[in-house]
Amino acid sequence: MEAIVFFVCAALALVGAFGVVLARNPVHNALFLLLTLVTMAVFFLLQHAQLVAIIQVVVYASAIVVLFVFVITLLGVDEHESLDEPLPLQRPAAIVLGAVLLVQVIVLAGRHWVTGAASQRGALGSARSGNVQTLARSLFTTFLWAFELTAVLLVIAVVGGVVLARRGRQERRVPAVKPADSTATAPKETV
Amino acid sequence: MLAILSLTPSYYLVLGALLFTIGSVGLLVRRNTLVMFMCIELMLNAVNLTFVTYANALNDIGGQVIVFFTLVVAAAEVAVGLAIIIAIFRRRQNVTADDIDLLKG
Repeated sequence: MEAIVFFVCAALALVGAFGVVLARNPVHNALFLLLTLVTMAVFFLLQHAQLVAIIQVVVYASAIVVLFVFVITLLGVDEHESLDEPLPLQRPAAIVLGAVLLVQVIVLAGRHWVTGAASQRGALGSARSGNVQTLARSLFTTFLWAFELTAVLLVIAVVGGVVLARRGRQERRVPAVKPADSTATAPKETV
Repeated sequence: MLAILSLTPSYYLVLGALLFTIGSVGLLVRRNTLVMFMCIELMLNAVNLTFVTYANALNDIGGQVIVFFTLVVAAAEVAVGLAIIIAIFRRRQNVTADDIDLLKG
């Protein structure tokens, strides 16, 4: 049963990944990305990572994909991506290097996957009751300093996003920009 | 048949390797910055899958905690990156990576 779920979801994840790379319309790219992210949550559930699976659905599949779709609709769909490469050898070189990378990672995964080292940070907890408590205890004791630092990181990211997305001073006087995106991104600066 | 039906961690690791490779090739091949950004998300997710697999295989909660931090960093990266894309779009009305060559020697 578990194996059937795995293989069906693995096929869906690969379809989604190829769709992200190959689809021409950016909205389709975002939806294929959503497919891969949801199947990833299924894999997390299969491996007894309940909290991570829920966070994956809430943060990744909801917030981040919605943000992507929002930006795509804000900017307009840009389908005429130029297909002629300025660097002639780049595409074949990229595919060859990708194949080399794949072989390397698979060899690493086949040879070195169990070290036998004892767990440093506590076991997973029982599979029946879930591991939310174990994860929380580890997060708020062993990793407390890193957890506090993520708060700083998020504040910096939010401030950076606001600073980057608002209009510069000399740019504001030029009326060439469409009014639609000024209301969507910077509602106070209607001049 | 029965050997296939018993899942080992190697299946997840190979799937993670495949997803990571597809993401990296997509990052190199595509020119739309939004799509390149989605390919980066794909690579981050492949690594998350590997972390969760090792957490399960070694019975160590550290792998899942690392995934938590990866998600936070990915959210911060998306916020800043999409703001950069919007800023670029304001200046030049498209988001093709080939047009952004101001630093070319």
